[in-house]
Amino acid sequence: MTVPLSYYLVLSGIMFLTGIIGVLLRRNIIIILLSIELMLNATNINFVAFSHYFHNVAGQVFVFFTLTVAAAEVAVGLAIIIALYRAKSTINIDEFQLLKW
Amino acid sequence: MEQAFFFYFAFVIAATSVLVVALRNPIYSTLALLIMFFHVAGLYVTLHAEFLAAVQIIVYAGAILVLYLFVVMLLNLKQDVRYHRQWPIAAVVGVSLAVEALILTAMKGWTTPAAATGTETAIAGVGNTETIGDVLYTTYLFPFEVASVILLVAMIGAIVLAKKDVGEREA
Repeated sequence: MTVPLSYYLVLSGIMFLTGIIGVLLRRNIIIILLSIELMLNATNINFVAFSHYFHNVAGQVFVFFTLTVAAAEVAVGLAIIIALYRAKSTINIDEFQLLKW
Repeated sequence: MEQAFFFYFAFVIAATSVLVVALRNPIYSTLALLIMFFHVAGLYVTLHAEFLAAVQIIVYAGAILVLYLFVVMLLNLKQDVRYHRQWPIAAVVGVSLAVEALILTAMKGWTTPAAATGTETAIAGVGNTETIGDVLYTTYLFPFEVASVILLVAMIGAIVLAKKDVGEREA
């Protein structure tokens, strides 16, 4: 009783949608970064599922590169959050309008 | 049996990813994400990517999540009062994307396509870790080096962004 590939695609679609909604809906910067992690994990599930069904290990190698980018994003993103918090004492994104005209 | 495992992991992953977005307290969101990472690792095991499952737990649950929790507790956040005021736009985007995904999956049917040709690698026989290492250090050697440069840039950027200005120390 094997699981069809489409099940994995639907699951990762649900995860990706949740991430998009989180980015658009929440006002807390940390939750927005967590939602981006959700989206990256959704693509990882896709990569691994395709790698399994096509018997091609390249998909798993690409998960490594996604992981690298996620780690870099977290390091830089959290540093930016700390710098912002130091400047304004809040992490509500409605308060940061420096680049708006 | 395989399907039972898949549905368990899929259900927990979907439920916790909704919790990550829906919960008001950032610490609870982060812990929900931790549970999700563990179940994604379990899903990797059912897909015969055991090495990636281990890396998922070590890197995501061990490093990235701890960094998030550290910052959440460092900043001593108050809870979110309400959602963003552009929530109608988010609802429109979410609903349209969900409908699109449903239509596409319904049109494509539920069959698994035939295996693709190309750089096909026999995973059976040698271990999963050995196969990945072999491909990573031969075919994808250049992207691997570029990834290390990305990590270096991120490290320098994080240090520069998070430290206080040098002139600020005297004032």
